[in-house]
Amino acid sequence: MSTTLNNIPMIELVNVSKRFSKTLDFAGKFAKKLGMPVREEVVHAVDGVNLSVRKGEVVGLVGESGCGKSTLGRMVAGIMPATEGDIFWQGQNTANLSGAKAKLAKLQTQMIFQDPMSSLNPRLRVSDIIGEAPLVHGMVKRDQLETYVDEQMRRAGLDPSYKRRYPHQFSGGQRQRIGIARALAVQPEFLVCDESVAALDVSIQAQVLNLFMKLRQELDLTYLFISHDLSVVEHLSDRVVIMYLGRVVEEAKAEDVFNRANHPYTQSLLNAVPRIEARKKAFQVVKGEIPSPLNPPKGCHFHPRCPMAMDRCRVERPLLKEIAPGHKSACHLNDAA
Amino acid sequence: MTQTPTLEVRNLRTHFFTRAGVVKAVDDVSFTVPRGKVLGLVGESGSGKTVTGFSVMRLVDEPGRIAGGQILFKGQDLAKASEEEMRSLRGNRIAMIFQDPMMTLNPVLRIDTQMIETVQAHAKVSREEARQRARDTLGMVGIPSPDERLMSYPHQFSGGMRQRVAIAIALLHKPDLIVADEPTTALDVTIQGQILAEVQKLAAETGTSLIWITHDLSVVSGLADDIAVMYAGKVVEHGDVGEVLDTPLHPYTNGLLGSVPSRNKRGEPLRSIPGMTPSLFNLPAGCAFQARCPRAAEVCKQEPPFREWLPAREARCFIPHNVSEPGTKEQVA
Repeated sequence: MSTTLNNIPMIELVNVSKRFSKTLDFAGKFAKKLGMPVREEVVHAVDGVNLSVRKGEVVGLVGESGCGKSTLGRMVAGIMPATEGDIFWQGQNTANLSGAKAKLAKLQTQMIFQDPMSSLNPRLRVSDIIGEAPLVHGMVKRDQLETYVDEQMRRAGLDPSYKRRYPHQFSGGQRQRIGIARALAVQPEFLVCDESVAALDVSIQAQVLNLFMKLRQELDLTYLFISHDLSVVEHLSDRVVIMYLGRVVEEAKAEDVFNRANHPYTQSLLNAVPRIEARKKAFQVVKGEIPSPLNPPKGCHFHPRCPMAMDRCRVERPLLKEIAPGHKSACHLNDAA
Repeated sequence: MTQTPTLEVRNLRTHFFTRAGVVKAVDDVSFTVPRGKVLGLVGESGSGKTVTGFSVMRLVDEPGRIAGGQILFKGQDLAKASEEEMRSLRGNRIAMIFQDPMMTLNPVLRIDTQMIETVQAHAKVSREEARQRARDTLGMVGIPSPDERLMSYPHQFSGGMRQRVAIAIALLHKPDLIVADEPTTALDVTIQGQILAEVQKLAAETGTSLIWITHDLSVVSGLADDIAVMYAGKVVEHGDVGEVLDTPLHPYTNGLLGSVPSRNKRGEPLRSIPGMTPSLFNLPAGCAFQARCPRAAEVCKQEPPFREWLPAREARCFIPHNVSEPGTKEQVA
């Protein structure tokens, strides 16, 4: 594990929120005029999140569907603005960055998506997909582009002789490698991987995970690894952040999360994961469904499903507090103890 | 076991006769599912696990055809059954659960319409009785306030609830066999846990046999009694779940287990399988896994037999793992 003494985090989010609202259409406005109970629907996709990723660190971001982990990833990668809060790139507020600096911050953060088929242009050859951005940004001269692309492909485990092919001529795992090669071609320091191995078969997934680990060592990369798969996150991450309905509920070193989970949601999530070691065991069950983010429960979002919910959980939002060095959890139970 | 098993598949071959050539999606597959037991059918995409499930249901479409073998359901050969016989079995004695419940459910009909129709298709009961049975079954799979939910449309359910409805429909006639094709793959972990718990309970209570098709070894490990691992249209290993996962015989099973992140030490490289699944159009002669296999030898260019290496443990390999005495390279060659 690379430990840098650099105290300034690679990226830091301070109280960041993202709201999506559906404005009323004409019929809706008309109905409202007539006194019908229609209102603009607002989804709090991300609700007051603080997160920092240090240089050289791999942070795993875990949560179930609709918890806002992808939205958060997109804001970190700078492809979606935050509704509220500040995002600091190496100590500087991204909102105040201008010109060349803003461009550099964006270039140095690259994203790798879940479905390579929808994130690769089907009408471009692989050499163009990988070579376009470095050429545009002046990182490589046109006459050296060929060798540059070859090098990027080789590093991602692709045969450079395939560079005249189109994305559809590759298998799923290879396509994911093209996505990785494209992201690395602009020499980023920070990669945001949004469910990057979720769609792959187990044996291919293992190959891509190994590639991520190899690249981390070779290029000293920092990762924000977003996944719903706890075992993948456990394997890769130094630190793990657990989200539930737009809020961070727990944050700690990977060992702490998997051995000493504090938040009831994290505990039930870990219980629900099927493991190979567990033979013929009765599956542990968290009751209830994930509530709609349109209308989340008051207080602690998890209280309707929590086996330990108290009256206080129904009204007051628990804050993310440090319960042990480097281990934060948002649960009222920690105050009682 | 003295009683006839619920399902016995012998040397099943399902081939697709396409213009580009014959694709042997299922090629010489045999397995048995005893009454009340769960068989986990595991494989990666394109291994033929879904086509095997479809063949049992006789749902393989043109240009696919069952080209050989027997599918003995309580002694009756489904491979030779007429379409009429199949209709009276499907949804009645054998049911199927699909990965995407939105495909099983009709989006423009209410749940009660769909469930009552299913009940009345196979049982001579009044509408009221059928409704009663539908409601009871919904309650059984853990759907709260089933009376109200019967009046809903599929889109008003969440993903997990929709899958429960699909399971309830499969259970309406208390079938002897359920073929479940990746039913929890699209669901969140906590919801998957709930469904697995329900299924486990139901299988134990009703004595229904299950074929659970999945790519996820860890799901099978908790749920199944037996496991069959498929690769390129063939079952490469079969046996008791615990034994197969602890001491895999086939190098492919071994490689799959090595690829699972939680089995490895944190941060260390995974023991992945090199290369990728071969195209079914041009499989190599002999063992289909040889190009990716760390133990491949000259002998693997011949077709390996599906043989019992340990008691009740079969594998399709010349040089299996975890077998001490036979099968070393020298002896076979």
